[in-house]
Amino acid sequence: MLYQREVLDTPEWWRGLDEMIARERDANPGAVQTALIPVLHYVQDRFGYIPPKAVNHVAQALGVPTSYVCGVASFYSYFSMEPRGAYTVSVCQGTACFVRGAQAVLDEICRQLNVKPGETTPDMVFTVSDSARCLGACGQAPVMMIDDDVHAHVRPRDVQGILAQYTAKARHEMQLREELAEIDARSHHE
Amino acid sequence: MTANETLSQLKQSAQPHLALEPERPQVLVGIATCANAAGARKTRDRLEQALESAGLADSVDLIQVGCVGRCSLEPLVELRMPGQPPRMYTEVDEERAEQIVRQDLEGGQPIPAWLLDEGATLGAEVSPNGHVAPGEINLFTRDWQHVDFFAQQLRIALRNVGRIDPESIDDYIAIGGYAALAKVLDGMTPDEVVQTMIASKLRGRGGAGFPTGLKWKFTRAEEATPKYIICNADEGDPGAFMDRSTLEGDPHSVLEAMMIAGFAIGAEQGYIYVRAEYPLAIRRLERAIEQARERGILGENVLGADFRFDIDLRLGAGAFVCGEETALIASIEGKRGMPRPRPPYPSVSGLWGQPTCINNVETLANIPAIILNGAEWFTGIGTESSKGTKVFALAGNVNNTGLVEVPMGVTLREIIFDLGGGVPEGREFKAAQTGGPSGGCLSAAYLDTPIDYDSLREAGAIMGSGGLIVMDDTSCMVDIAKFFLTFTQDESCGRCTPCREGTKRMLEILERITSGKGEDRDFERLQRLCDATARASLCGLGQTAANPVLSTLRHFRDEYVAHITDHSCPAHVCRSLLHYEVDAERCVGCGLCKRVCPVQCIVGNPREAHVITSEVCTACGACFEACKFDAIIRQ
Ligand SMILES: Cc1cc2nc3c(=O)[nH]c(=O)nc-3n(C[C@H](O)[C@H](O)[C@H](O)COP(=O)(O)O)c2cc1C
Ligand code: FES
Repeated sequence: MLYQREVLDTPEWWRGLDEMIARERDANPGAVQTALIPVLHYVQDRFGYIPPKAVNHVAQALGVPTSYVCGVASFYSYFSMEPRGAYTVSVCQGTACFVRGAQAVLDEICRQLNVKPGETTPDMVFTVSDSARCLGACGQAPVMMIDDDVHAHVRPRDVQGILAQYTAKARHEMQLREELAEIDARSHHE
Repeated sequence: MTANETLSQLKQSAQPHLALEPERPQVLVGIATCANAAGARKTRDRLEQALESAGLADSVDLIQVGCVGRCSLEPLVELRMPGQPPRMYTEVDEERAEQIVRQDLEGGQPIPAWLLDEGATLGAEVSPNGHVAPGEINLFTRDWQHVDFFAQQLRIALRNVGRIDPESIDDYIAIGGYAALAKVLDGMTPDEVVQTMIASKLRGRGGAGFPTGLKWKFTRAEEATPKYIICNADEGDPGAFMDRSTLEGDPHSVLEAMMIAGFAIGAEQGYIYVRAEYPLAIRRLERAIEQARERGILGENVLGADFRFDIDLRLGAGAFVCGEETALIASIEGKRGMPRPRPPYPSVSGLWGQPTCINNVETLANIPAIILNGAEWFTGIGTESSKGTKVFALAGNVNNTGLVEVPMGVTLREIIFDLGGGVPEGREFKAAQTGGPSGGCLSAAYLDTPIDYDSLREAGAIMGSGGLIVMDDTSCMVDIAKFFLTFTQDESCGRCTPCREGTKRMLEILERITSGKGEDRDFERLQRLCDATARASLCGLGQTAANPVLSTLRHFRDEYVAHITDHSCPAHVCRSLLHYEVDAERCVGCGLCKRVCPVQCIVGNPREAHVITSEVCTACGACFEACKFDAIIRQ
């Protein structure tokens, strides 16, 4: 997914977050902290990571120390404190996939993208996950995921073709976005 | 009005997508994570288009169902024609979808070669046999008893998965859903429900195998209120997908069971803790909860009775240890998911310090069937110590990957060879891994042991949640032990030292052994570390982390010896112990190996024997895989 970070980072976006926090808080008035993980999911899903600004904001809204929010966010591998690429590529590291040769697929991805697991390509298109877990598609092992798309029975030689589809898509969308931003800027000007 | 009458009313106004005796053709497409990975969504779209262009869109129903469990043949499409036995098409890609619509639905010519039973029942008559009671005889038995894969199963927990549209509460109600809840609300006291569960001898399917009835009894006995029910849908065992399939295929059975549990122990609120890696299961659960609220099944007066119950979802965030019950509770409370010492057990002090009953998805899915059919029916299935059935997720190097539900006490051989179709490519069976990172690897010597909780434990493995990974001679057992230790070491929450340090030190030793630097003393060191970690760790993660090492040491000791003494890896997996060479006699100098080598360490002129520079070679094996003349020697 291409996170529209610049679009998200607007006053309306933060108001949306506040409303979400308020809803969660009201649902469990006696135990406000239980809202924390749902709120972190909300931020992660929309931003693609949890920016420091959001950590502070959430801490204040829930009345817990910033360090507490950081502590929780860093405990769970699903949350990232660093910006991620437009697409997260992962190869399932579960047992069924391991037995069916997942390591060779991951090696090939890293070789193609020239990064190590856990790193993001310089053009911010791909992040290769280093902590991918079993997706429950073990019957189709080995599987690789690009965001929510699952590719089944992947062999190292399929990797290049699969990645190419997404590179093309990302380029296209980035270009569209730039054009939109230009149109936007021009109309503001007028 | 009784709950049963309320339910009957709901049933009358229900508009299920699936009819037991369809009056017009129905096309069922399995839409689940596994099926989608195989392209089922594309298949469904193509079917829709093809029906449209054939002008059949209004006379044929296209319906989504969960996964019937035959993963390696997905996408699966089932045709139900009025008055005919159902037929199931396998591996339906877009092309086949098109063809099925044209040839079978439009032209009335089924295509036997693509059918699961190769057309065994084509042309047979069906006698309408009315309603099917959940549990004993279910739709699977009725429709598919002539197909071995289903005939050898007994589907209780999975009774509806793949048979109904999981996004339609009306489908669930139509095949007898929520009848167990109505029975409990109308005619049973909470104590009677608890007694039934105790008498059924159902044991928890989440791993530990604790008797469910007792857990309910303890939580019921607590006086503090409020109390909570939690459904553990964290399914962290890598290689297991029973719970995912149940949630994706039959979410209401879990909701129904949670309400029954709530009634029995005196709770009004339930939480389902589901892992974030299961987006489709989350969506279907949300949908199910919403529909149950709309129908007055969840809420102030459950089925019109004087009983209040509601359910909320909580998402995991990628921490295996959160499957452990006390860590899971911490996570729902918005904390780091770290376990705490027990006692007090959650039944005494759980969520927010209140009495809490935690049950696994599969445990819960059994409950409506037990309530309807009675404890005696359930205890008639299984072995002396383990009653009922168990769902196994069959994966790894086995032909028929998928989900199977079998009575306790069948043998590994029956599961792997009869249901699973054996090991692919004529290779040899080496090991079966059960119980995930807490479990162990069993050798061929155990193929004929009847499996239940106790026999597996005696053999050094555990039942665990039901992941069953088959390994052939291409797996190195030391490498497998290392794989699991890498996992547990990574997932250890770090709270207690024995687990944090023990897993790390064991992993270091295994890394040494697999890189050819093992010593004879490592056996003793490993054994000591295993004992210490198992005995001193705080929670189940550390207490069982040594099992993969212990079981491979016990059943595959010769492989450790080969690594340590002979510096060789019999399965040719551990790279540091591998050496590649070109067989000059066989090499024709085609240059393929040179092209695939990622480190350019192969040299040679066209049509002359090539040479591998071993100092540069990373032993990746690319040349070995590529060579068409078997000219690469691996040692
Ligand atoms: C490290 C660890 C991970 C666990 N993971 C799961 C899990 O993913 N799903 C589950 O149902 N139980 C899991 N359990 C077991 C739970 O602690 C608990 O026993 C279970 O949810 C109780 O339900 P049951 O009695 O119905 O089996 C895990 C336990 C440990 C120690
Ligand atoms: S082990 Fe890879 S999807 Fe389960």
